[in-house]
Amino acid sequence: MKVQLPTPLVDYTGGVREVRAAGGSVAALLVDLDRQYPGIRFRMIDEQDRFRPHIRLFVNRQLSRTLDLPLKPDDEILIIAALSGG
Amino acid sequence: MATSAKKMSAITVLVGTRKGLFILRADAKRGKWQVDGDMPRFHGQVVNHAVLNPRTGTMLAAARPGHLGPTVFRSTDDGKTWKEAAVPPAFPRRSGSEPGGYGWTVNHVFWLTPGHAAEPMVWYAGVSPHGLFRSDDDGVSWQSVDGFNLHPDRLLWLGGETETVPDGATVHSVNVDPFDPRHLMLGMSGGGVFESFDRGASWQPLNRGCAADFLPDPDAEWGHDPHCVQMHPTTRDVVYQQNHCGIYRLDRPSRRWQRIGDNMPKSVGDIGFPITLHPRDPDTAWVFPMDGTSVWPRMSVGGKPAAYRTRDGGASWQRQDRGLPAAHGWFTVKRQAMSADQHPVVGLYFGTTSGEVWASFDEGDNWHCLMLHLPHIYSVEACSR
Repeated sequence: MKVQLPTPLVDYTGGVREVRAAGGSVAALLVDLDRQYPGIRFRMIDEQDRFRPHIRLFVNRQLSRTLDLPLKPDDEILIIAALSGG
Repeated sequence: MATSAKKMSAITVLVGTRKGLFILRADAKRGKWQVDGDMPRFHGQVVNHAVLNPRTGTMLAAARPGHLGPTVFRSTDDGKTWKEAAVPPAFPRRSGSEPGGYGWTVNHVFWLTPGHAAEPMVWYAGVSPHGLFRSDDDGVSWQSVDGFNLHPDRLLWLGGETETVPDGATVHSVNVDPFDPRHLMLGMSGGGVFESFDRGASWQPLNRGCAADFLPDPDAEWGHDPHCVQMHPTTRDVVYQQNHCGIYRLDRPSRRWQRIGDNMPKSVGDIGFPITLHPRDPDTAWVFPMDGTSVWPRMSVGGKPAAYRTRDGGASWQRQDRGLPAAHGWFTVKRQAMSADQHPVVGLYFGTTSGEVWASFDEGDNWHCLMLHLPHIYSVEACSR
């Protein structure tokens, strides 16, 4: 499925904003992303398996707050990193 | 002079800032300085600390890319290229009901320390909230030091809070005893100084004699706020500490700190962040006082910045301000932001919260500004190669 990444994460993908990844759940999708782009998952998910505070993941424009959400192959994933501070 | 200069090493100074890493270099004469590249490494990222492992030549940088969590980068080619650690420091996954089940998340890696000379691939990292991690492969992968991170008394040491100090509670000043790789010492802000004699499996407080004006017990066992703790690198059993409440020295086997800051001028006081030791002489050290009165402005006392040097183990201190602003120099030197090189006449380097890098090539007698207009400086490490 298509995954749109925020600019702070494109260092991991060689500058590419839109990549493809597979998985039957958000958790599996992020594992597949990390397989392709090592280290990218930990930038989004902390060691307690929680989304980092400024990361939002949308499935077909609906915010997902859980890693357990099931996914279908034609779902579209949008990941946003909200930026704040100076 | 020319003969001795040939025996000396070129100097690399790693400057960690709120917006990236800057690398300054000079030859052994320390006369001409250059900055690597047109852009900082890790442009826009917080770099709390960058350190060279003198045994392997590997550099590590503790970085936090915005809101994307912390990590450690490593360079094996003298800072030219950097690669993220394969396994960055991360607390053990725990639910709240398990022992040590804080469920904590590393907010940032704050302090990096190479291991003992006999263990060249070892590093330690102190993080915020309070945590300690170890690498056995020169910084590629990091493991939790569970003897510290899951210690049943740890929340007691912290007073039950994890965000009690500005910029977050943190483990800093991770010292590996140069005479015993099993002996570790660290500072917790707040929490106090703790040490381990078994590579981190067990820990005991080491705070007797230190003031803690914010605690009800005048001789508390823990809960203190060390700002910077330094074991002497070549003299066994000599330890210095710049604390939230004064400057101290410890001479083992005593377990009681002596407040050598009482010998500082009363108009200046003995509050500050860094303490830097002479690489060979155990009685010479430098501090950089800040205003710790009233609401703690944490800037140069009276706007007149100065280092203070002792050559007699803290019995007396000499002001060293030649070359520094004579007035309206309102900055702070943070705890990792002052460092010494290894030259026969020791060079000193410090960075300011206002983005200036200063150096002295005569043990603090005269100061020279190496750089202006950098971001807020968190760390300055001089590396002799």
